[in-house]
Amino acid sequence: MDLPVWQALYEELGDQGFLPIAVALDTGGPAAAREWIEKAHATYPCLIDEHHVVARLYDMVNVPNAVWIDEQGRIVRTTEPAGAGDGFRTMDRTTFRMAPEAIEDGRRRREVYTNALRDWVQHGAASRHLLDATEARRRLAGPSEEHALAAAHFRLGTWLFEHGMREAAQRHFHAAQRLRPESWAYKRQAWALEQPGLAGGPPFWAAVEALGERRYYPEIEMEGMPR
Amino acid sequence: MTVTVLWEDRETTCAGPEVGDDALWLPASALKEVSGWELKPEGACRDELCVPLPAGREAEFLRDGGREFNLSALAALLGQPQVHESTPPVWAFGEAAAARRDALRSLEAPEFTLPDLDGQQHRLSDYRGKKIFLVSWASW
Repeated sequence: MDLPVWQALYEELGDQGFLPIAVALDTGGPAAAREWIEKAHATYPCLIDEHHVVARLYDMVNVPNAVWIDEQGRIVRTTEPAGAGDGFRTMDRTTFRMAPEAIEDGRRRREVYTNALRDWVQHGAASRHLLDATEARRRLAGPSEEHALAAAHFRLGTWLFEHGMREAAQRHFHAAQRLRPESWAYKRQAWALEQPGLAGGPPFWAAVEALGERRYYPEIEMEGMPR
Repeated sequence: MTVTVLWEDRETTCAGPEVGDDALWLPASALKEVSGWELKPEGACRDELCVPLPAGREAEFLRDGGREFNLSALAALLGQPQVHESTPPVWAFGEAAAARRDALRSLEAPEFTLPDLDGQQHRLSDYRGKKIFLVSWASW
């Protein structure tokens, strides 16, 4: 869980104008998210997004996904995995152990990513990690018609879930997943609501295996980031 | 018959006429509360923006002497996706893909308001002037 990492960065850089805002994509609401926020002793804003509004607005498909927003409210780095990589896929499904090189890869990614955040705080608009408008727009494909329809299904699914209609909710969650299969947020949220633990259980690992050579987290296009 | 309408981030319930599965007809008087759009001589309008109803197709949008309005037809005209459940009647109208793409390509960070654990609401723009690292996570 990343909340303590962002807390440490906030303690280091908060007095220089840096502010993490963590958004829990959690239809389960505060009841689902509370434990993690309290455990992290987070003093930056930790918000609860039961309908995955931020995911829709910023075209996020997984966690952790992040966007950098400057002092004027401009997007200066577009949505991407926040330093996360695919090393977890080497995890032993019973002991939860990971291969040493996967652990090292994860450590390295996080280091590169958090150093990039430090560079931004230090150099502001001159940071080499900021994207100019052309590059930012290149990376922002934005949602397709299918993705927009998926979001409508997901929204209806959350409403049905909140009103106790769990089966109907799952039908619409499944529709969203079919329309946007690359959204792990749609998949894992639906599994978590179906049964606690399922989002990290057999269906999750089966879906990860089905990726084959494809990535779970897309490559982070950042100077110094391992490929 | 009461129908729940989820129009983008807005949720309303509306006592409507009988609700079919093909399209959602509502009292025209409820249109603004439900969707933020209203009928004017120029067409369907929201704030400064007006979209003319296509000439010759008025009957797709209005019936019963203009007392009922077809919300599904408006959503289709605006490129908004729609899905629904019949029992109970709930219609969800999402955001148009093109609208979201245009908003993202402006590179203005989309505004939102969300609660923290204590229910206190936070707006993104409350934090203007900071370098904001907006990051998703989840309990699942």
